[in-house]
Amino acid sequence: MRKSLATIFRFSGGVKKYLFITVISTALAVFFQFLTPQIIRFTVDYVIGTEPPALPPFVMVWIESLGGRDFLRSSLMLIAAMVVLCALLNSLFAFVSRMSAATFAESVIKRLRNTLFEHTQRLPYSWHVEHQTGDIIQRCTSDVEVVRNFVSHQLLQIIRTFLLITVSLALMFSMNVTLSIVALVFIPLVILYSTIFFSSIRKKFRVCDELEGELTVAVQENLTGVRVVRAFGRERHELDQFDEKNEKYTGSWVRLGSTLGLYWGLGDLATGLQIISIIAVGAILASRDALTLGEFLVFVSYNHMLAWPVRAMGRILSDFSKTSVSTARIRDILDAEAEKPEPEGIQPDMRGDIVFENVSFSYGSEPLIKNLSFTIEGGTTFGILGATGSGKSTIAALLNRLYELEEGSGRITIGGVDIRRIERSYLRRNVGVVLQEPFLFSKTIGENISIAAPGARLEEIRTSAAAAALDESVMGFQKGYDTVVGERGVTLSGGQKQRVAIARTLMMRPPVMVFDDSMSAVDLETDAKIRASLREVRGSATIIIISHRINTLLGADKILVLENGEIAELGTPEELMEKGGIFRRTYEMQSEAASDLLIREEDGI
Amino acid sequence: MNGENLKLKHRFDPKVWKKLLPFLKPFLGRFAWVCAVMVLVALSDIAIPLFQRYAVNNFIVPRSTGGLGVFTLVYVLMIAAQALMVVAFSRGCIAIEMYLSRDLKRATFVHLQKLPLSYYNKTAVGYILARVMSDTTKIATLVGWSLLDIFWSAIYVLGVFIAMLILNWHLALLVMAVVPAAAILTGIFQGRILTVNRRVRSINSRMTGAYNEGISGAKTSKTLVIEDLNCREFSEITDNLYRNTLRATRLNAFFVPLVTFFGSLAAALVLQRGGYLVMGGALDFGMLSAFVSYALGIIEPIQQMAGIIAEFIATQVNIERVTGLLEQKCEIEDSPEVIEKYGDCFSPKRENWEPIRGEIEFRDVSFKYPDGDEYVLEHFNLKIPAGTNVAIVGETGAGKSTLVNLACRFFEPTEGQILIDGVDYRERSQLWLHSHIGYVLQTPHLFSGTIRDNIRYGKLDATDEEIEAAARLVSADTVIKKLEKGYDTYVGEGGSLLSTGEKQLISFARAVIADPPIFVLDEATSSIDTETERLIQQAISRTLVGRTSFIIAHRLSTIKHADLILVVRDGRIIERGTHEELLDMKGYYYSLYTEAKLGKLDS
Repeated sequence: MRKSLATIFRFSGGVKKYLFITVISTALAVFFQFLTPQIIRFTVDYVIGTEPPALPPFVMVWIESLGGRDFLRSSLMLIAAMVVLCALLNSLFAFVSRMSAATFAESVIKRLRNTLFEHTQRLPYSWHVEHQTGDIIQRCTSDVEVVRNFVSHQLLQIIRTFLLITVSLALMFSMNVTLSIVALVFIPLVILYSTIFFSSIRKKFRVCDELEGELTVAVQENLTGVRVVRAFGRERHELDQFDEKNEKYTGSWVRLGSTLGLYWGLGDLATGLQIISIIAVGAILASRDALTLGEFLVFVSYNHMLAWPVRAMGRILSDFSKTSVSTARIRDILDAEAEKPEPEGIQPDMRGDIVFENVSFSYGSEPLIKNLSFTIEGGTTFGILGATGSGKSTIAALLNRLYELEEGSGRITIGGVDIRRIERSYLRRNVGVVLQEPFLFSKTIGENISIAAPGARLEEIRTSAAAAALDESVMGFQKGYDTVVGERGVTLSGGQKQRVAIARTLMMRPPVMVFDDSMSAVDLETDAKIRASLREVRGSATIIIISHRINTLLGADKILVLENGEIAELGTPEELMEKGGIFRRTYEMQSEAASDLLIREEDGI
Repeated sequence: MNGENLKLKHRFDPKVWKKLLPFLKPFLGRFAWVCAVMVLVALSDIAIPLFQRYAVNNFIVPRSTGGLGVFTLVYVLMIAAQALMVVAFSRGCIAIEMYLSRDLKRATFVHLQKLPLSYYNKTAVGYILARVMSDTTKIATLVGWSLLDIFWSAIYVLGVFIAMLILNWHLALLVMAVVPAAAILTGIFQGRILTVNRRVRSINSRMTGAYNEGISGAKTSKTLVIEDLNCREFSEITDNLYRNTLRATRLNAFFVPLVTFFGSLAAALVLQRGGYLVMGGALDFGMLSAFVSYALGIIEPIQQMAGIIAEFIATQVNIERVTGLLEQKCEIEDSPEVIEKYGDCFSPKRENWEPIRGEIEFRDVSFKYPDGDEYVLEHFNLKIPAGTNVAIVGETGAGKSTLVNLACRFFEPTEGQILIDGVDYRERSQLWLHSHIGYVLQTPHLFSGTIRDNIRYGKLDATDEEIEAAARLVSADTVIKKLEKGYDTYVGEGGSLLSTGEKQLISFARAVIADPPIFVLDEATSSIDTETERLIQQAISRTLVGRTSFIIAHRLSTIKHADLILVVRDGRIIERGTHEELLDMKGYYYSLYTEAKLGKLDS
């Protein structure tokens, strides 16, 4: 728990004062809340009744100066006004305490969220490869929500309950020790009881959540697979499966509900027993002249006030472990090492030759690239052919330092400069890599294309889109470049997505461009169009095309064939054709398959 | 598309609630006894201050303990009984909530099984899923808890009023004077609180979306160097969230103490007036303390009632969404006579099903899509003898799936008839037809589970041997055996853990194991690796033997072997015949064919 609090307080710089205000104003609110029964006690015992006042001397001096008991008896309005005043002050401080607590909590959580987001953006590529997206998102949302619940609700409740117990005990003990002990006995018992209860049903809650998850998945699969369901006439089967899961989920909740009902009933019973104990012991004490009527009433109302917060404490305490788990999960992300800023990084000319010198790279224990050496002349088009797992994508990732090359495993230079000396963001802006599975943001198509070139005009966007053979398709959409991509907008085909990604990179006008299998879902004709427009920038930009499709590579000046992370063939397309190796074989196989196609369609996956 | 409606209706609409009535009917008995228990609980809640009064008047004031034992016993018995009742009604409430939620979910699910595919084409899965899962849950929670809470509150408030009036109408009127003010204020606040809370939730879901994008797109962001832009946009959302959350808190922080303040105000009035009465001997101490308790206790139930009413109005949206789904029309329905004879999709009467040969005839069929204005088929006639292989050829978007949709009765002809074995297919049940058609999609969908589970989907009682035989028939077994766990390999949601080629082979096996006399196939165009492609070609030619089949085809090797080729262009069938006949026609097919050959030469 201490570790969790430390994590949370890391984000409280500058807003700690709100926590302080919360404590003070909660204390005051509690104080005024407890004052009202005291006024009633005073009224019952002293004003209406005939008991001695039992008030601090300075208050009594003041009351005496006003006219003492007789004065008060004739102006009960004043006492009512005091009650109202207490209530007002209680409300006021309760308001202040809630507001300051919320300001504290929301500030902390906002910072936590921003930090988490920023950190995920700065974490290295390899971290993102290793971690599951769903899991990270869950940590950033659900786990943060658990922490938020703790900071914004439970923390205030803990403070308040603690103050409630302290203040009420102090006041109770000052009135009557015996009766106070009766009240005191119940507090730990109730807290203990509800802590044990909530810890024991946590597992049941989890089971319910899991069953709900299963039911949701069942429905979702039925909906996404509706065509298969219909085609096989499996409605009955689906309904049976749904019913089974639905019943299980319902049953688990009904059972949990029974347990919860028992808890509530027992909780009410405990409160009732507490009150009757106070009444019974109070009656005995009163019969021995050890308790006044006013004091009795105060005890009863204090115990009513304590009942709920004390019961809630059990729940909060049992939730502590949940908060600890969540903060630990968040810490996992925050503690992962991000890419470091590079004040020393240089910004050289990027149009020179790209040279791989004895480059080796392994991921985990798997060597991906083995002692690779080759040169890509500046301004030329360089093709890389290789099957899945041949290490061709690693080359792209190494070139713009998505993966960092370790010391002693060779080096990569651009224009003679080791890329490790080049400022990382400068390098990435100048080596435009189009990933195989590009991600489009849920913005408009126009915004997606210009995302790395803010402030671009529509004509510029259209020019890039046209170069990526995309302009025509986009203009065909009802809203053109203002079409929103994704969940709520238009779903683009795989090929269209890849073309948006290509246009996006073209917008950056990088001197080096790498297309990492980024036309795999584009049909051959469009592929050819894109390559034709790339040919126009030839000379001014170095272009690296990585593909498993021969056609895509045919126009390259030079082609490297990779096999198991090593160079299998290297040369001009003509040379490789003549050589009759992997390149030639792949060419023949692919053109045979292509000739069988009557109609080429763009891949819709 | 069906966007979320964030606008809040502020009026109670009984028509919406009426639609819910049929679902509440099974619970009327349970409702009745829960309400009865509620009444008892409320009555004992009202009685507690009176016990206090008794204690004050008989023990504390006279300073005696006479009868304390009996009093304590009665009190304990009462709270024990109350505790039991709390257990009972909370169990009752949860049961109502959960069983209602179950019934609503089931009703939507059942209805979804009957809705036409056209509904699925235009409605996002996430949208439907939210109707089935979260909207139903919200409605059930409201009915299960809030309806009963409001009942308790009403009984309690009413009971306290009556008790006070009987005990001392003078003081009772004082307490009541405060109530309207509290009620009005609550009414005003609840609406606002609800609106702000909704806004907070919607920003919150935007934030979740932003996390989703930021993290899923992190690799892409790195290549584009737009991390800073992402962070800026994200902090705008969190700023917005921060502001609105605090606004919601401010409303709440103001409102809750305000309501308690009214309780204290009423108590103060009672104290002032009651004090005089006690001094004058017109009221005893016990009564005064009971009234103070009533005054402090009556405000909360009133606040609760106002809150629940606001919730009720807010939940109308959820009810409308669910009933809207349930009222969605099934465009293709079996007639009552057909259901009578063949059963519906959940309880088929297979004993009455005729065997099928697989002859299909389109007789004077005209068709337009429900959302289109133009006929895509007009007076179309085609007779396909059993065992004929039909290839449908055309460019993307030319309307190749229309024929398949019609043949599978995913859509019905606008005019004309489709006959299977000489009988209009509308005279038999949809399930009868679907049970006899094997269907392989270009982008096959697998269910999460193992490969074995997925193949078995085609024949639920298939043995492991049958499954493996089916896989062998379509050459899927070599691919499956290469996987580490073979047939027990988990395929992931939607089959995401397998490659497209693997999914395709498994979906073949799934179709073949059912041994359907009619086969519909959407041939893949995506370039899978060459080896898998060869296996799929083999699978196709083997499965088609002896079956009537429709293939939406792209490959010449498939098309050439078809008994009949239908050429589709701009939604119409423009040519039909065998490969040779079509080439001789020198029409559209011929030009497609020559282009393809030229294309080969070009590359």
